[in-house]
Amino acid sequence: MRYSIAHETVYAYTEPVSLSQQLLHLTPRLIERQHCREHQLLVRPEPARRSDRLDCFGNPVSVLEFDRPHRRLEISAHTLIDVEPRSEPPALRDSPPWEEVASAVSFRAGRTPAPWMIEATAFRVESPYVRVKRVLADYARECFPPGAPLLAGCDALMRKIHREFTFDADATHIATPMLEVLKKKRGVCQDYAHIMLGALRSLGLPARYMSGYLLTHPPPGKPRLVGADASHAWIAVRCPRQGWVAFDPTNKVIPDTEHIALAWGRDFGDVSPQRGVILGGGRHEIRVKVTVMPLG
Amino acid sequence: MAANVPTGARHLLRSDSRRWRDPHCAETRSRARSVPRYPHSRMNTPSPTSLLTAFDPEPGRYQELLDDHAQPRPHWRPLIDELAKATPLQMRHRQKFVARQIRENGITYNLYADAKGTQRPWDLDLLPQLVDADEWRHLSAGVAQRAALLNSVLGDLYGEQTLLTNGMLPAELVFGHNNFLWPCQRMPVPGNTWLHVYAADLARAPDGNWWVVADRTQAPSGAGYALENRQIISRAFPELYRELCVQPLEGFFSTLQGCLQALAPAAGGTPLSVLLTPGRFNETYFEHVYLARQLGVPLVEGQDLTVRDATVYMKTLSGLQRVHAILRRMDDDYCDPLELRSDSALGVPGLLEAARAGRVAIANALGSGVVESPGLLGFLPRICEALRGEALALPSIATWWCGEEPVRRAALARLSGLVIKGAFPSQGFATVDGSTLDAAGLAELRERIEARPHAYVAQEQVSLAQTPVWQKGTPNGRLAARAVSLRVYAVATPEGYAVMPGGLTRVAAKRSSSAVSMQSGGGSKDTWVLADAPLPASGPPPRARGVREIVRRDPFLPSRLVENLYWLGRYSERSDNLTRLLRVLLARHVDDGGTGPALACVLDVCRARGLLAPKLQAKAALLGAIHRSGEGSLRDTLARLFWSATQVRGRLSQENWRGVVEIHRAESALAQAKLDLQGSMEFLDRLLMSVSALSGFALDDMTHDDGWRFLVIGRRLERLAFLADTVARVLRQASADAPASLETLLALADSTITYRLRYLSAPQLIPALDLALLDVANPHSVAFQINELQRELKIIADDFGEGATGQLKDIAASLAACDLSTLEVSDAAAHRAALSAIADRLRAIGDTTRTIADQLGLRHFAHVDDVSQPTLSA
Repeated sequence: MRYSIAHETVYAYTEPVSLSQQLLHLTPRLIERQHCREHQLLVRPEPARRSDRLDCFGNPVSVLEFDRPHRRLEISAHTLIDVEPRSEPPALRDSPPWEEVASAVSFRAGRTPAPWMIEATAFRVESPYVRVKRVLADYARECFPPGAPLLAGCDALMRKIHREFTFDADATHIATPMLEVLKKKRGVCQDYAHIMLGALRSLGLPARYMSGYLLTHPPPGKPRLVGADASHAWIAVRCPRQGWVAFDPTNKVIPDTEHIALAWGRDFGDVSPQRGVILGGGRHEIRVKVTVMPLG
Repeated sequence: MAANVPTGARHLLRSDSRRWRDPHCAETRSRARSVPRYPHSRMNTPSPTSLLTAFDPEPGRYQELLDDHAQPRPHWRPLIDELAKATPLQMRHRQKFVARQIRENGITYNLYADAKGTQRPWDLDLLPQLVDADEWRHLSAGVAQRAALLNSVLGDLYGEQTLLTNGMLPAELVFGHNNFLWPCQRMPVPGNTWLHVYAADLARAPDGNWWVVADRTQAPSGAGYALENRQIISRAFPELYRELCVQPLEGFFSTLQGCLQALAPAAGGTPLSVLLTPGRFNETYFEHVYLARQLGVPLVEGQDLTVRDATVYMKTLSGLQRVHAILRRMDDDYCDPLELRSDSALGVPGLLEAARAGRVAIANALGSGVVESPGLLGFLPRICEALRGEALALPSIATWWCGEEPVRRAALARLSGLVIKGAFPSQGFATVDGSTLDAAGLAELRERIEARPHAYVAQEQVSLAQTPVWQKGTPNGRLAARAVSLRVYAVATPEGYAVMPGGLTRVAAKRSSSAVSMQSGGGSKDTWVLADAPLPASGPPPRARGVREIVRRDPFLPSRLVENLYWLGRYSERSDNLTRLLRVLLARHVDDGGTGPALACVLDVCRARGLLAPKLQAKAALLGAIHRSGEGSLRDTLARLFWSATQVRGRLSQENWRGVVEIHRAESALAQAKLDLQGSMEFLDRLLMSVSALSGFALDDMTHDDGWRFLVIGRRLERLAFLADTVARVLRQASADAPASLETLLALADSTITYRLRYLSAPQLIPALDLALLDVANPHSVAFQINELQRELKIIADDFGEGATGQLKDIAASLAACDLSTLEVSDAAAHRAALSAIADRLRAIGDTTRTIADQLGLRHFAHVDDVSQPTLSA
């Protein structure tokens, strides 16, 4: 499947911004099954400095610096990308008992851990936006009866979150603590992902945050609206046999060709598409338009 | 008549000076010296035996003072002899000396880091803690080894991570720590030095061996307090201090300075180092100020720094100055809101990018806090063998990290005998002593640990050693035993870690207590490390500077600092004006019995400034004016004065700061007591003296640099506006030329005495106005302020481009046009009109002055107020 993706952001400030630094995660990372054909980042005004590198998780990141007063900042990313379908869906029952996985990523004296275990450990501990709490483990417990295959448990948890949570763009913002989200059972895709991460990690299971896009389907007979899409978030869990397996609790699907990944990290904070600090600016307004256009 | 004239500040200075002198100061010192001459005062002197009889050591603990036979250890004997020799009076004086030094130096410890600023005076025991030379050699070698070891651990964790891949350190202990900064992995670190300063918290077990209880690797605090303690206690026992050959501490700070200079990437140029503080609400802010001064580096907050093109700069009055090294007292994850915690308003956005580019040295390196986790302690012996090929010299206290199953089981089995700590600061888990929990509490704790085992650590209970402290009272003071712990500091040098010969000794507040933290009410001691023979001051001698390197001007004045100096000047002068105004008001009320033209004049001036409650009865309103706390009130102004002074504390001399503390204390007292008329007058007299003293400091005590210049300009502008407004209002009164009104005018302009010396009679209109407005020799005249402002503003304008000199010229012209001969007319209406014309000019002068004041702020400090804010978009 080939996609043309436009991700356009406009910041409008009530006062001039005298200094601005922006950290962007808008360039797709190299992943199996994903081939980026073209990628372009357009920025206005011209930044005084731009540096492109990989972050500590291996995601492409761009750092922009603006040192001239401005009242408006436009950043748009245009991507042409091919996504291959997976050869077969992940075998949910063909995964080790979840306790075995939790135990594998726990330290044991006198054992030299396999490299994958150390990598996975980074994603089984608390991170700035994801708590590890008993109440989260309790939430996930019914999906993980003793001896349950890891991926079957994850699938059940994904369905439980999807069933019990209501998608509501006004219920939360990024600073809403996840325990409050758990109580309200409302939120957006970031919240769904954080809740699932917190529940898995509280059981001792390694799971990471995925940032990217989703192909949406316009109502039958209606044309696709430009800019009506949004960036998306889901999770991936580490299975010793099948590697990282993705789950999308917001849509109750196991991602295949309709999810396009940009980056992964411990949580939203590591890979938020655009994170910045400005000096001055007064109040600001942000307009984001995302279009995911399938080209067949 | 003359006796009732409201008095000026200078008069008050003379008449009241005794009341404001410290009651202990001069007299106590002379008495202290004379004590030994009077045999009768030696009658209560305790012998060494009686001192020790009253001592109450707890069994089962190591005693610093006593050996197994309950005899003083050899290195304590000189101190005990000295105490035995001293008279009770001498001991009381020593105690008072310590208390006074702490109060006057304003040494504080902010108990809670909140906006209320709960400041507590530093608690320092009179007796030093003594460590003998042999024991110290062992301790300091152990601390130096440990610093080097933890430095290597950090190098590994932020680089190859072999400790994780070899299974020598649990990955969850590292990755789960909020101060393991992911973005700092593989970042270049100048000189491979992660730990520039390291501190170990040590405790002594009953068998006399020292154990490490905790490692401080992020921004170890307390070294400044240790130095301050030294400066006080060495002076309380000057002879003993010399006799015992106590090792000096100063070398430590010059070594630290050298360490920063050496690692700063300045490419051969002169590096600029700064001390980065989270601000005055931090619990150890006092120490930040003190350290910055000791190290001779600017004290900055996050907003004083800016990152451009991956380079750190300080915002100074004369533009951006490149910063090469940052000694930080800010927590790891708060340092850069762009890449770390985005909710941090304290940090420097882009700091990581500058560090990544190798353009700045940060001490300690970002992310060094991860090895503070108590979970590490149990793994260090093996790591030391592996990384350094030697045994760990100083053992850590027995510690079980619960993330490992067999270890957890062992710890849970004897939970009631252990202390439980969180492995990560982000948990916010308060340390729990298992022995204080009941069965339900233990069960709950067990469940908690089982749910997230890798986040908990169990530690052996420490039975801390005890050391003698001096307890006053009962009846002559005595020795009391208190639990003790010691924090020892090390600093990186090219030859390895150098250990400060001394440290911060902390003692428990109560006899049986083992809690020795400052938060739990404990105290501190000066730590005397004894040498075998007198030592020269250690540390490299400073390089001799030549004539070409003479610095006449501080090139590194942060703009924020200058702005606060400017406001300090304005609030000091405003406090002076308001105090004088209220003083005159009360005096007039007393003298005139509540009526009279002069009282009307002052009431009018006070009302115009919003100092009086409109509805109250006259007397209540007058008294209320002192206690009011709204905007523009006396109390509000004093509070602002104090606030701006705290912001520039590093630039004020010790004496100047004491003056500020005195004013702050007066203001706080006002909040508590309701004063009557007499009490209010006395209060204002004393306050006026304290406030006037600040003007003396401004004139004589401060270096006349650009910062000072703004302070003086602030003062002059404020006085000019006050004078112009006040005289204008008096002139508009119907009885403006009555002698009583003119007396009031002169009193408000602080010119009473000059007038009396010159004219030897009751004031008259034209000479009084000449003195208050036009006389360029009178430092309280309008003309004098204008002249001074013209001079200082011209210097500012020459240095920083065109300034407010134009508007000032207009003011000068307007004043010159005030022709007092127009008042010589006899026709009443013409006279009134002439007065009114002068009043109009003065009002315009007041308005223009305020405009200049605002514009100065805008021109020079505009960017100071700009606030960084995070933006986030999905």
